[in-house]
Amino acid sequence: MAVFMGLPLVIYLVFVISPFAQAVYYSLTSWNGFNNQMPFIGLANYVQLFQDNIFMIAVRNSIILAIFLPVITVILSLVLATLVTIGGSSRGQIKGLRGAGFYRIISFFPYVIPAVVIGIIWGQIYDPSAGLLNGILTGLGFDGLKSYPWLGDSRTAMVASMVVIVWGFVGFYMILFIAAIKGIPAETYEAARIDGAGRFRTAISITIPLIRENVQTAYIYMGILALDAFVYMSVLNSTGGPENSTLVIAQKLFTTAFSKGQFGLACAMGVVLAALTLIFAGLVFLVNRLTGGRTEVAE
Amino acid sequence: MTLKLSNTTPPVQGHVQRKARETRADKTVAGVSHVLLALWALMVLIPLAWTLLSSFKTTKEIFASPFSLPEHWSFTNYVTAWATAGIGSYFLNTVIVVGCALVIVMVLGAMCAYVLARYAFRGSRAIYYLMLAGLTFPIFLAIVPLFFILKNIGLLNTLPGLIIVYVAFALPFTVFFLFAFFQALPTEISEAAQIDGAGEWRTFFQVMLPMARPGMASVAIFNFLGLWNQYLIPVAINTDQDHWVLSQGIAAFAGQQGYAVDFGSMFAAAVIVVVPVLVAYIFFQRQLQGSVSAGTMK
Repeated sequence: MAVFMGLPLVIYLVFVISPFAQAVYYSLTSWNGFNNQMPFIGLANYVQLFQDNIFMIAVRNSIILAIFLPVITVILSLVLATLVTIGGSSRGQIKGLRGAGFYRIISFFPYVIPAVVIGIIWGQIYDPSAGLLNGILTGLGFDGLKSYPWLGDSRTAMVASMVVIVWGFVGFYMILFIAAIKGIPAETYEAARIDGAGRFRTAISITIPLIRENVQTAYIYMGILALDAFVYMSVLNSTGGPENSTLVIAQKLFTTAFSKGQFGLACAMGVVLAALTLIFAGLVFLVNRLTGGRTEVAE
Repeated sequence: MTLKLSNTTPPVQGHVQRKARETRADKTVAGVSHVLLALWALMVLIPLAWTLLSSFKTTKEIFASPFSLPEHWSFTNYVTAWATAGIGSYFLNTVIVVGCALVIVMVLGAMCAYVLARYAFRGSRAIYYLMLAGLTFPIFLAIVPLFFILKNIGLLNTLPGLIIVYVAFALPFTVFFLFAFFQALPTEISEAAQIDGAGEWRTFFQVMLPMARPGMASVAIFNFLGLWNQYLIPVAINTDQDHWVLSQGIAAFAGQQGYAVDFGSMFAAAVIVVVPVLVAYIFFQRQLQGSVSAGTMK
């Protein structure tokens, strides 16, 4: 018994929980990693961060990602999941679209591809001269875009990066929502149909309220991921993009720690990121609760 | 009167009429749905097909046109990527690290989840919340201290160091998922095993674990994907090039931009990384789809 619980717990405490706790302490020191001196400087790191324009740009970019990525991904995957599950005949048994299995399998592909590879592939797709996107666009007659640098122009770099992340995750959430929708008893849909509800009405009034908890969970996971976004952003634009337009907190943290050796400051950034994550999760719970969802945490 | 009317219209005919009318609307909806879903499927497939095509082209051909076919279909790029660029040895490292971490985390996670789900003891609630914290807090908060913990115990830049960190960070997800699973298993069976004289170890390994196999399989697949695709942890704590994993090796390709990058080999390396996971996915996809649904029923 003790071994069953003890061994995993020790590993977990040493390599996950204790680093979290240490990071909070280091964030209050000006430790540079070269010696064992950790001068305690209180909140000075945080003051420095909030006066650092580039860090504030990174915070802004991360917040932009946390606002847009979950909304876009969840809506897109909900629409696709709805099409697959209740797009079939409105007569007889409630059933999905023909060929639904095919779409399900294809849609999940991006999720199994390593994020690094997704970043590299899309980096090439966006390539100004030899990329697939500009190739297709000039083929369609948009000659003005012949060598447009999607990732190299501060007006489009952020949007182009978001497209990549959405591409990577829509399929996963689509599968998740399909599973949830299939969990709704067919009688519920039949009753709605007998009462005269059309497909759109059914989707809005039956499906979404009934899979509300799944939507909430998906929304929070996607938000946590958007606040990280390290792999995608660093592969697509390793230095933070034109005019830092795609720099995120995670990237800034990584260079501050492992290139500059300012470990205390980097830990303070980690605390800011963790705080944003908790605020985000809290807001999602709050909104769900205020709009009438169940209050329990989905466990 | 009404009775007479209904007698004159046979129900079969009415049914057929209604069916015909509805089918047209159905066809429109189905048509639109198919168009939208097919567009999405193309969005997914075209970048992948293009990557595959480019992996057979020379760098010169890649820059000439994004659509041109390679002049010679050969596996030169694959050979270069595998041997010269070291993707082969990164592949081996990844297999070792992910394989070991997966086995360890499944055993430890299952034991932990089993105890949490089966026994009420002081602090079990606290452990549960600690696991929840591990799922919520960003890994970036831990990364700096983690670096120094490994340095102090001499496991920095080693494969065992990477394995143990993988295990630790995959543990909360594993425990959470299996916790629900073990809770749902009937208690009578473990009681019966105990009455028959099986100790705790035997009850767990010979009775309970085999019963939890479907749950174990699902968690194992998700852990495999997560660990195989892991990038941040190795980049931070495994910087010795001899010990690199695949994601680091392929990122190094992209990182060379500006120098003479062999783009053909880069695409080939991407294919080498993607194909095993994609094949594994297609092979296990039924299992995986089932597990997503199991995951949402929690």
